[in-house]
Amino acid sequence: MSTTHSNHSRIRLALLVLVGLCLAAATASAQTTPSPLSPTNIFAPVSTPAHAIHGLSLFVLGVTAVIFVVVFSLLVYAVVTFRSRTDDDNREPPQVYGSNQVEFAWTVIPVLIVLALFIASSRVIATIQNAERPANAIEVIATGHQFWWEYRYPRLNVITANELHVPVSDPADPTPTFITLLSADMDHSFWVPRLAGKTDLIPNRTNHTWIDPHEAGLYLGQCAQYCGTQHAKMLLRVYVQPRAEFDRWIQEQQQPATNQAVSEGRHVFESTACVNCHTVSGTRANGRFGPDLTHLMSRDTIASGVADNTPENLRQWIENPDAIKPGARMPAMGLGARQLEAVVAYLATLR
Amino acid sequence: MATESVAFPAALPISRPVVDRLHEWVTTVDHKRLGILYIGYALVFLCIGGIEATIMRVQLMVPHNDLVSPQVFNRLFTMHGTTMIFFVAMPIVFGFANYMLPLMLGARDMAFPRLNAFSFWLTAFGGLLLYFSLLGASGLYGAGNAPDVGWFAYAPLTSQTFSRGHSTDFWTLSLLVSGIGSIGTAVNILTTILCVRCPGMTLGKMPMFAWLILVMAFLVLLCVGPLTAAQIMLTIDRYLGGHFFDVQAGGSAVVWMHFFWIFGHPEVYVLVMPAFAIVSEIIPVFSRKGLFGYPFMVAAGLAIGFLAMSVWAHHMFTVGMSSSANTFFVMTTMAIGVPTGIKIFNWLATMWGGRIHFRVPMLFCLGFLFQFLIAGLTGIMLSAAPFDWQLGNSYFVVAHFHYVIVGGILFAVFGAFYYWFPKMSGWMLSETLGRLHFVLFLIGFHLTFDFMHIPGLLGMPRRIYTYEPGRGWDIWNLIVTAGVVFQGAAILVFVGGLAWAFFRRKSAGNDPWDAWTLEWATSSPPASYNFATIPVVRSRRPLWDLKHPDDPDWKYEQ
Repeated sequence: MSTTHSNHSRIRLALLVLVGLCLAAATASAQTTPSPLSPTNIFAPVSTPAHAIHGLSLFVLGVTAVIFVVVFSLLVYAVVTFRSRTDDDNREPPQVYGSNQVEFAWTVIPVLIVLALFIASSRVIATIQNAERPANAIEVIATGHQFWWEYRYPRLNVITANELHVPVSDPADPTPTFITLLSADMDHSFWVPRLAGKTDLIPNRTNHTWIDPHEAGLYLGQCAQYCGTQHAKMLLRVYVQPRAEFDRWIQEQQQPATNQAVSEGRHVFESTACVNCHTVSGTRANGRFGPDLTHLMSRDTIASGVADNTPENLRQWIENPDAIKPGARMPAMGLGARQLEAVVAYLATLR
Repeated sequence: MATESVAFPAALPISRPVVDRLHEWVTTVDHKRLGILYIGYALVFLCIGGIEATIMRVQLMVPHNDLVSPQVFNRLFTMHGTTMIFFVAMPIVFGFANYMLPLMLGARDMAFPRLNAFSFWLTAFGGLLLYFSLLGASGLYGAGNAPDVGWFAYAPLTSQTFSRGHSTDFWTLSLLVSGIGSIGTAVNILTTILCVRCPGMTLGKMPMFAWLILVMAFLVLLCVGPLTAAQIMLTIDRYLGGHFFDVQAGGSAVVWMHFFWIFGHPEVYVLVMPAFAIVSEIIPVFSRKGLFGYPFMVAAGLAIGFLAMSVWAHHMFTVGMSSSANTFFVMTTMAIGVPTGIKIFNWLATMWGGRIHFRVPMLFCLGFLFQFLIAGLTGIMLSAAPFDWQLGNSYFVVAHFHYVIVGGILFAVFGAFYYWFPKMSGWMLSETLGRLHFVLFLIGFHLTFDFMHIPGLLGMPRRIYTYEPGRGWDIWNLIVTAGVVFQGAAILVFVGGLAWAFFRRKSAGNDPWDAWTLEWATSSPPASYNFATIPVVRSRRPLWDLKHPDDPDWKYEQ
């Protein structure tokens, strides 16, 4: 009996050590910003809300680790010390029914721990949820669609999709980005772990979140609320750019479609169902159901981050979206080979 | 109808045709048979839900896997969640409550035997209705097959616009039907505990099992109603032009969340209370010591039940509630840690100074203690709302609640199975196979659910049918899937153990564990009337008093 028992606790100990190591690795990676364990590691924050959560999470992890060690040690001690032995007589051990003092102690101590955790949590809630919006903040309206993201910059008159661009925010002179979260259809959730915790996008409701990334770079995430067939491929990409670069990007996006030449591809695009869902500003295409394509070529990816934006992928996407993203809302357009080539050629001019 | 053939009553049970015996099981109102029906039914669905989980884990073993389509994957996790909560966990705890309560209370049956049978069959047909969706849900649009809205079925995914065909209706109706069964059982349990205890058994002398099942029944009564109401509202939305959750017409998706979680969170305690109840019976017997701090355990159970009704919106920290609402639900959620801690400490104190026998039921209870401790601590992490903004809806949450339900509740239920199987059948289970079951399941559980926390910390959301490579999630998902092999093997050993008991028929006797509650005072299996004469008790451990007439409990209690 006792051998089984010690094997048993050895397994537990080994597992415990493994989990501890993993947690330590995840936490340690927070120090090395460029290459964390994962591009979506919650322990590698680069923005104030994510930093505040990170600080709280270390506190909570520390407290719970201490509780774990104490209670686990008591459990192991009890199991080892009070195990029945072969040389025991058959008498029952002394019966103890309880002790008010002991009960009092293990009620009060947890109450104090809970109080500390509660105060720490409510401070961080207030820091993040009640943050002041400075006048120079970038304003973005993010709208969740099945299964892609629409971004509008109402004060800058820019509409884009799936790739959010925001400026770096210098902690000394912050230019945070405040994002209003809406949904066109389903519950979605905006989650870029290195920038902030997640906030849901719920139809017929307005939510808010904000980020102030301190370092330039590309930050990834994805929809975190089940929203239908392709919930898994509703990826988030946030491009954090130095201010000058961001301003240049805004300027480019503010232009109408640069190519006004009438091509065969444009004719096909404008005379088929494409225009029911897509907008190319400055042309007849003004659908709102799908992503705005005015500056399609300025994006790195298509289909909400699922495929690189290459002519080959575009061709495949238009021909049969289900091949890339089964269940996507875009229908297969049923174009002939020549029309397909022409449309891809036209899209390639939308810079 | 009596003829001479009555002269051989002993031969009757063996010679009766199968149809007769089946008819007896189908028409029975005996709480013990209904208990066994509940447990058997739950074990069948456990296998079905387990197969669904296995397919999902194989799909997620490597990134960009295409074993199943996204549509099929979404149906799998919907069916897995719904099955495991409503048609495995609830029936199995109802089964044990049904079987054990009258025996422990010294009663002949539940208060309402016919209601008991009615409730079971409602639950049973609810489960069948859910799975009938595979055949019957095509509807007018050919959009059939199993429901794919997730087990909490957030609006507006369930609206006619987004959920064509009848799959969502099968989900709605199956929960509606089984929910009525659950309420029937809750009423029955409450009445039984409050009204049909044997002479001498005051509320303060009930086994802890009865107290915690009482709390569970209260919670069922309070929390299933809102779910049923929500299902009716959803059906009105879908078929009668209602707009409760129809966001296009001014309805609210968040209202559904409130309705669902005011059911959904107490539901967790509906499941965990029976686990507490089981552990509170097994740990004292195998530590050879009475339960430590009985009044405090009762108070903690009631406190958990009370607080459980006030924490539901911690499932909604990310839906954009105000900072004060978030703060309130952080407070109530964290507060529940205090009575839960009291429970863990009292179990430890029960073992303290005892003589612990590591028989299979006790091994499972030790597993429960260890895993429930960790589940509670990850629960504290999730209760800190800002931390939840990162962890919520990620694989960390999936790992956390599987730690509660598998590591906590299922381990306790396996413990209960090994503990009471001798009483239910009259046969012992194999100690060796039981230990093998325990070790395999422990390894499998920890491989799967320890490592499942990590992809969550690294940003992996739940309910995705596949994921991108290069996110640092691959290796953890592989390990998680590897654990399934051990869990599957453990279940096979468990079934093997049952077969062994069946063929070996090693007699258990009335009281194989030298235990103290009334169920061990009658034969194994008990006669349909439970006790030849209704027992009279003077303490919480009537069999201790019998075995130790020189040192009875009633001299010291209170």
